[in-house]
Parts: sequence; structure tokens; C-alpha cells
Amino acid sequence: MNQIFAFLILSGILVASINGRVDVVVSSAISSAEAAVERAISLIAVVSLWLGIARVAEKAGLIGAMSRAIAPFFRWLFPSIPEGHPALGCILMNLSANMLGFGNAATPFGLKAMQELQSLNEQPDTASEAMCTFLAVNTSSVTLVPATLVALRASAGSRNPSEIVGAVLFATTCSTMAAIAGDYVMRMANKKFVKR
Amino acid sequence: MIMTVEMMNSGASWVLPILIFLVFVYANIKKVNIFENFVEGAKDGLLMAARLLPYLIGIYVAVGIFRESGAIDILVNLLSPILSLVKAPAEVLFLSIVRSLSGPAALGMMLEIFDTHGPDSFIGRLASTLIGSTDTTFYIIAVYFGSVGVRKTRYSIPVGLFADFVSFLASVYIVRKMFK
Repeated sequence: MNQIFAFLILSGILVASINGRVDVVVSSAISSAEAAVERAISLIAVVSLWLGIARVAEKAGLIGAMSRAIAPFFRWLFPSIPEGHPALGCILMNLSANMLGFGNAATPFGLKAMQELQSLNEQPDTASEAMCTFLAVNTSSVTLVPATLVALRASAGSRNPSEIVGAVLFATTCSTMAAIAGDYVMRMANKKFVKR
Repeated sequence: MIMTVEMMNSGASWVLPILIFLVFVYANIKKVNIFENFVEGAKDGLLMAARLLPYLIGIYVAVGIFRESGAIDILVNLLSPILSLVKAPAEVLFLSIVRSLSGPAALGMMLEIFDTHGPDSFIGRLASTLIGSTDTTFYIIAVYFGSVGVRKTRYSIPVGLFADFVSFLASVYIVRKMFK
């Protein structure tokens, strides 16, 4: 991120000087900063609105209901976790929160899940198979309701802010399947090479 | 079952109203104090927007200078063979790289695209789809493994990046297909 930031600004200044338009640098920097502040203020509205609703849903136990609903689908992904172990519950809560678009609520469950998985791990400095699978699914982002995204589009003046929901579902399904497949292939390949 | 584009579009505008309705009915049944929790959550929104502000300024300024100076045109020319192959604008390629590193920065970049091109432009829709279907791969892997002291992450990063790449291709494909 550091490098990208430096690259954007340095190359911008260089190109502007070469093109003989150095004045553009300062004027665009200031107008951009102003646009950023305006954007942040309009963000307060949508983000507060959505997080308010999300909190009501969370307190009502929607995440728990969701995790019971998806449990059968995710049980088979983690064959190395013993039946009834708390790790699976934490993983399901984390994935459910992510699916419903409650990013903030997801992280504590995710970190708890990692602790539980670590207690099953034979080599504490090396990722276990279940950890790799969990993170593969987690980082591929399983989204059912991209609510924050829709709210952000609305605040930017979109005529139909939720029109991208279908596209997001398609793309996220593709990437989650790719993550599960990729994880499976790597797990099998590792088993073959590292026979303990 | 084949869903048409029209069905998906009209269905999508129902998603949020229905969700909010169900949440409030469910919360009422469970006797949750709706208003108090709403206000409590909205307070988090205030903090979140405040936390995002420095990221927004950084990204907006960097992208602004990069665009206005004409540097972006040079980059687009350099990348045009790849970009025409996947049919994606340069900004989105950048966005997908930033996305795997920093969530707030990627969010800022998407909002910058909304402000410059409009959320209903091709690039605006593509940016939305990309943000909605990916997550901050490097950040999550670093934080989650770091929290339990795992140093050898094995194949986690390649698998995560592979999924991000699939997500990128799928986003470009579906946005081209759905919105003509």
C-alpha cells in the first residue's frame, strides 16, 4: 500500500513537470482533499443508518440463526475438526456475519475461531489444514447482502443502487468456489509430497 | 433455473427493504430494544466514517494527482494490451490490487471512481461488483494468523490470490453481460 501510494504521487508529479503542468499538482491535490472530506460527511449518513440496522439484527440473534442454516453446507469442508468442537461454531458465526454484511461483527468470531483451531493444531507455528480452508473461504468473501455497498452507491447518487446485487452474488460465488477448489487441490498436493 | 437480467434487477431492489422489514419483525419478536440498539449502532457509523476520513484524503489526493497530471494516460497506454484482453479499465485493475491490501483504501478508491465517473457508469458498476465480491486477502491472512502466532502460512496466500483473480474475471464478465 505504501509503495502504491508513493508511486501514484511521485509519478503524478514527474509526469506533470514533464508535461509543463506543475500547477496541476497542487490544485488537484487540494480539490481532491476537499472532495474526500465532502464524501466522508455524506458517508456518516449512510454508514450510521446501516450500522444501526445491523446492530438491531445482531442483537436479535440473526447471525446465530444464519449459522444454523449454513451449518450442513460447511461441515464437510472441515473434516479435521472433531464433531461438536467449538471451533466449528466460531467459524460458522464468522461466515454468517460476513454473509449478512456485518463485517465488524465478523472479526471477533474469526479471531476466536483461529484460537480454537490453534488448540487443535499439532505444530503451533504452522498453519493447519482447517486454518487454510477457513481463511480461503473467508478471504474469498462470501456475501449474500452487500448492504454497505448498496448504501454507498446510494449516497453517491446512483439511480438504482442495488442493481449490482446480482452481479456481486455471481462474482462472489465464482470466487468462493475457486477458493474451495484451490484449497482442496493444495491440501491434496501437500498430503502427497509430505508424508509424515 | 435461468434468471434473466431483468428478474435479477427488479429482484435486487427488493433485497434491502425486505431485509430491513424481516430484521425489525424478528427483533420485535425477540423483544430486542430496537431504537436503543439502532442508535448504538449508528454511533459506530459515526466513528467508522471518522476513521475512514484520513484514508479517503490520502487516496483521493494520490489518485487526483495521478489522474490530472496525465500519468494515468501513460499507464493506460502501457497496459493497453492486457487491459484490452480482459476488457477492464486501468482504474479497476488498480482497485483490485489495492483491495487485497487495505479495505479502507479500496473503499476510498471506489468512492473516488463514483465521484469521477458516476456509480452507474460501467467502471462504477464494475468497481462496486469487485468490492462486493472480494475481501482484503493479505490483511485478513496477516491478522488472523498473526493473532495466534502462526508464521508459516503454507498455501493460504496463493489460494487467496487465486480466488481474488477469479473474482476479478467473473466481475468483468458479469458486468459486461448484465449491463449493456
